[in-house]
Amino acid sequence: MPIQAQYLGMPLSLDDLEVENLAFFKHCAEHDFHLQACADCNLLRYPPTTACPWCMSRDAKWVPVEGKGAVHSYTEVHHAIQPAFKAHTPYLVLLVDLDRQLGKPTEHDALRVVGNLATSDGKLAPPEMVKRVGIGTRVRMVFTDVAPGLALPQWTIDDTAKQPDKPWRYPQE
Amino acid sequence: MPLPADVDTSSPRHLRDKYAIVGVGETTYTRGSGMTTRSLGTWAVRNAILDAGLKPADIDGMLSYQSGDSTFAPFIAGDLGIRLNFYMDVFGGGSSTEALVGIAMGVIEAGMCKTVAIFRAMNGFSQVRIGGTGARSAVPVSSDMLHSRAYGWQSAGQMFSPTFLRHMYDYGTTPAQVAAVRATHSAHASNNPKAYYKKRVSVEDVLASRIICKPLHLLDCCVETDNATAIIVTGADRAKDGRHRPALIRGVAGRVCKPRIDMHYQHGPISTVAGKYAREILWPNAGVGPEDVDVTGSYDAFTFTTMLQLEDYGFCKKGEGGQYVSDGTIRLGGKRPNNTSGGHLCEGYTHGMNMVIENVRQLRHDVDDSCPVGSDGKRKHTYDYKEGGCRQVRDCEVSANLGWAMPGTGSAMVMRRG
Repeated sequence: MPIQAQYLGMPLSLDDLEVENLAFFKHCAEHDFHLQACADCNLLRYPPTTACPWCMSRDAKWVPVEGKGAVHSYTEVHHAIQPAFKAHTPYLVLLVDLDRQLGKPTEHDALRVVGNLATSDGKLAPPEMVKRVGIGTRVRMVFTDVAPGLALPQWTIDDTAKQPDKPWRYPQE
Repeated sequence: MPLPADVDTSSPRHLRDKYAIVGVGETTYTRGSGMTTRSLGTWAVRNAILDAGLKPADIDGMLSYQSGDSTFAPFIAGDLGIRLNFYMDVFGGGSSTEALVGIAMGVIEAGMCKTVAIFRAMNGFSQVRIGGTGARSAVPVSSDMLHSRAYGWQSAGQMFSPTFLRHMYDYGTTPAQVAAVRATHSAHASNNPKAYYKKRVSVEDVLASRIICKPLHLLDCCVETDNATAIIVTGADRAKDGRHRPALIRGVAGRVCKPRIDMHYQHGPISTVAGKYAREILWPNAGVGPEDVDVTGSYDAFTFTTMLQLEDYGFCKKGEGGQYVSDGTIRLGGKRPNNTSGGHLCEGYTHGMNMVIENVRQLRHDVDDSCPVGSDGKRKHTYDYKEGGCRQVRDCEVSANLGWAMPGTGSAMVMRRG
């Protein structure tokens, strides 16, 4: 089923040939994060692709993956380009190393999952929350519901995890 | 410059010095060109043909690159009365110039044509802005873009910044070190009458400008302009009779990618860029190394891109890029100036071709716009780099252009004075 939706006034769409992306976002809509696992070498991959980047197999199965990890890097956007985001600046785009499969298959590989910093109910984080997050911050996945079959995975501060004393943040506020 | 003794001249690498850039041309760098990209492209290609001392009938190949924001080669060729034996318009932005030079060499080598004009024409301010404002940001977010644009992660600055920030985290690179790139390029631009921004700015000016997206201040970002640029590539044998000394092409690499280029952040270290891979092709092809280079053209869409590429191509040790770009090395008068035109940060934005044009003129020893012309018609360079002064690099023999598409993709080219 093709999906057409609005998010923050921004049109989002997925046509029905987008088999991999439709499956990915359907699991997100169920608030149950899944990634493709290669049917041959078992390695997970992100974002959805059409073959395994390590063994070229076209066969994969969707497996549940715990949405927990640490911020690997980020950008804090003050000048939004898309009209939809102008009312929400500053906002964070996070690149998060999942705990699962970290450093595999080589030490430099990780499942680095993109998302905004959000509140636990999936709304873009307020400025005082943005200031608390930097490289090393432990985060957990939450979801922003957009439409039937489409939710965006997002990140929020993991209050149950041991946090670094001081996450690394860009030195100029 | 003789070939190093250990070079295998039976390898295809012996294309080195066999091709040359014999003509360069550009339009003005403006905001509000008041004309189509077709008109801009025609203007720049015409200037390059005239600069080479050629006639339209001498050009039989044409290449261009664009991102759905420009005209196509047949329109330019038609307008100028050029009959083509080969043309191709490719999809691409930054890092395309150097890669297309390699393609031009290949098609000439294959006997498909003899002389190729390469152009880039764009109304980068008044029509399609690279930053993504206007028309580009109104396009529906679909397919794989849902993993980026749906997060307000769209413009080049937004997309590259995780690499920039991680370099600061991994190596202690400071905002002031990187801001020195803008200060330096602005000093160069103050000696370039063609530059869109000719005013010198300081490191403090950069750091005081507003944050766009961390770690980028407004002045860490390049200008958006309307312009076209063109270069003419032909065989070194044909280049001998040209109007100018040819810029001989020593070697090219392009568009070299990091692993997982569909989303390169999946593979680290993310503070390393494609230059790490491209340098393994570039320097052996060129038969020279970083120490042999007199002037660089490291792509400056952002201050950080200049620094990251100079570092990963080996002009300094890994992690010491911040030091390299802030210690005077890259200034006119320094050991190895970068972007003597002012580059994308100050001269104008052309997706890399203006930096190649600048280095061709450096190698001709004819880059100056200010020094007095002697009775022989040649500039008498003062090598005084004060504001409004000279910008010719003394005894310039070898140049390196380092093109950037994004952290995961880059191209490069080494040229020498013919």
